[in-house]
Amino acid sequence: MSTSTRLTGSHRLAVSTGLLLCCALCGCGNPEGGGDAEAGRIVVTGSSTIAPLMAEIAKRFESRHPGVRVDVQTGGSSRGIADARSGLADLGMASRSLKDDEAELLAFPIATDGVCLIVHADNPIEELTREQVIGIYTGTISNWQAAGGSDAPITVVNKAEGRSTLELFLAHFGLEARQIAADVVIGDNEQGIKTVAGNPHAIGYVSIGTAEHDAAAGVPIRLLSLAGVKARVSTVKSGEFPLSRTLNLVSSSPPRGLVKDLVDFARSAEVHDLIEQLSFVPLVAPEREPARQAQPGLESASATAAPY
Amino acid sequence: MPAANLPASPGKPEPPDSPYPVGAGCVCPQKARFSADMILLWCVSLCGVVSAGVVGLVLLFVLREAWPALAEIGLPRMLRDTEWYPAGEVAEGSFSLWPALAGTTAVTVLAIGLAAPCGLAWAAVQHSGLPKPLAVPQRRLMELLAGIPSVVYGFWGLTVLVPLVNAWHPPGASLFAGGLVLAIMILPTVALLAESALAGVSPEWIRGAAALGMDRWTTLWKVSFPAARSGVISAVLLAVARALGETMAVLMVSGNVARVPRSLFDPVRTLTAQIALEMGYAGEMHRSALFAGGLVLLLAVTGLVLLCEWMDGGRMSAAPSFWRRN
Repeated sequence: MSTSTRLTGSHRLAVSTGLLLCCALCGCGNPEGGGDAEAGRIVVTGSSTIAPLMAEIAKRFESRHPGVRVDVQTGGSSRGIADARSGLADLGMASRSLKDDEAELLAFPIATDGVCLIVHADNPIEELTREQVIGIYTGTISNWQAAGGSDAPITVVNKAEGRSTLELFLAHFGLEARQIAADVVIGDNEQGIKTVAGNPHAIGYVSIGTAEHDAAAGVPIRLLSLAGVKARVSTVKSGEFPLSRTLNLVSSSPPRGLVKDLVDFARSAEVHDLIEQLSFVPLVAPEREPARQAQPGLESASATAAPY
Repeated sequence: MPAANLPASPGKPEPPDSPYPVGAGCVCPQKARFSADMILLWCVSLCGVVSAGVVGLVLLFVLREAWPALAEIGLPRMLRDTEWYPAGEVAEGSFSLWPALAGTTAVTVLAIGLAAPCGLAWAAVQHSGLPKPLAVPQRRLMELLAGIPSVVYGFWGLTVLVPLVNAWHPPGASLFAGGLVLAIMILPTVALLAESALAGVSPEWIRGAAALGMDRWTTLWKVSFPAARSGVISAVLLAVARALGETMAVLMVSGNVARVPRSLFDPVRTLTAQIALEMGYAGEMHRSALFAGGLVLLLAVTGLVLLCEWMDGGRMSAAPSFWRRN
């Protein structure tokens, strides 16, 4: 009897030790972020627009630098900037230019991206004037008939507060967030495309790269021309398309070592095929030394002229 | 009959010096302090305290993150403002929680209004002796429904339901679509929990009812449901809690416009969708205001769980305590 009791006892001891270990492991966790570039781990966080591209670039970078791991996480441009600032990430990704209060950061443009208006493929509209777009988004035009279409109510698809696409759109059309009378508010590009594809009377605006890719894949959407310029990756590339933005890598101090290698790699011609594959537009001639605040470099890179 | 209550094999009586507690009141032996039982007990308690502590830490974290908004904007202004434009400066922006609160409430009420009757009816049918070839597949289907990830419901809603609603009453993405998708999602919670509550009703009572000549409807209405009352109410309240917390599916189908809805076909934004849509892109005060919304949600769900507990008649606190010494 006593033997059996002891056996059960040690069994229980084993169980409790196991439980203790579990606790200890849970407690420890893994101190996240704060990429240790020297040990071969680079953390990149930020814009969900840049993340898929950055992930591809990282894959290629890793294959050329064995032992290096690049960790790409999304969370939006603001997170990219906050993480680069706090040092949680080695590099941030921002799909917009830096704001005035972010002047202490360094921006390294890696590609450009255009934003275009999309409607359902069944909608006969080909192009809208600036006034019509403003009218539709502020609610003064609420039927497609008034914009040259069929007699149907317009479903206005807008982006959520804080998105860089929204800021770019508002700035281009000289609107304010409060003026927009939206019927649907969406998060990312794909959700916007699905919403418009599912509603013949909807209008929205998304990244040209994603829209052109999806339209080519048979999703029933049409990209609207803007100011007489067709919304194509090619017109963004040539700088004709008025509504475009720069995709940046952001860092709080001049990058060194592996991080510098990664930034240089992301800006080199070696990744242009990846940029094009993801329907973004490579920069024509990447600057070697980005200026502080990088604004001049940025503007010249996207020499596009959106007059705002 | 008494043998059934013994923990060990029936027929062989428990040795008098057994280290195991007998019955409800724990009889802890003298050597308990160093026994394996006590070590296990301490470890399990530690785990319990840690998991409870995590909840506490979450609450503290949300409070800390929401604090700037609560201090600078203040709850009164968050309830007095009429619009939600949090991106600008504190002075210019408006930080009303009303649109999202109204949206969350409206979607939840609609969802539970649809799901509760259906779920309870399903549980009642299962309970009142459906033939096995029907009952088992039905049950499996309901369990399958519970297992489908919410984003799948959302995707179905976005690509199938919203265009249908749009054809009927534009713009499609609306309170109606959100409530409908949410109702399908919480239906299994109501149905399965209510069914297990009904299954807990003593069969003697049912037989007694039959002996008194009650028909099925009367048995169900006058015996089973009253007996399982607390369990059934818990089922509904837990489903409400789930509806309050659901994010992805609702975000995809309900339009997310931060405006108090005026009709069933207006777009609505829930607190969860608001956080999911904007958190990644929010600046300082905006982020904090989102956390304030999260805090409200956390408190609402806490309130529901407490209500649930209370409905259960405080059964938990009546449980025998291992720690009690005699």
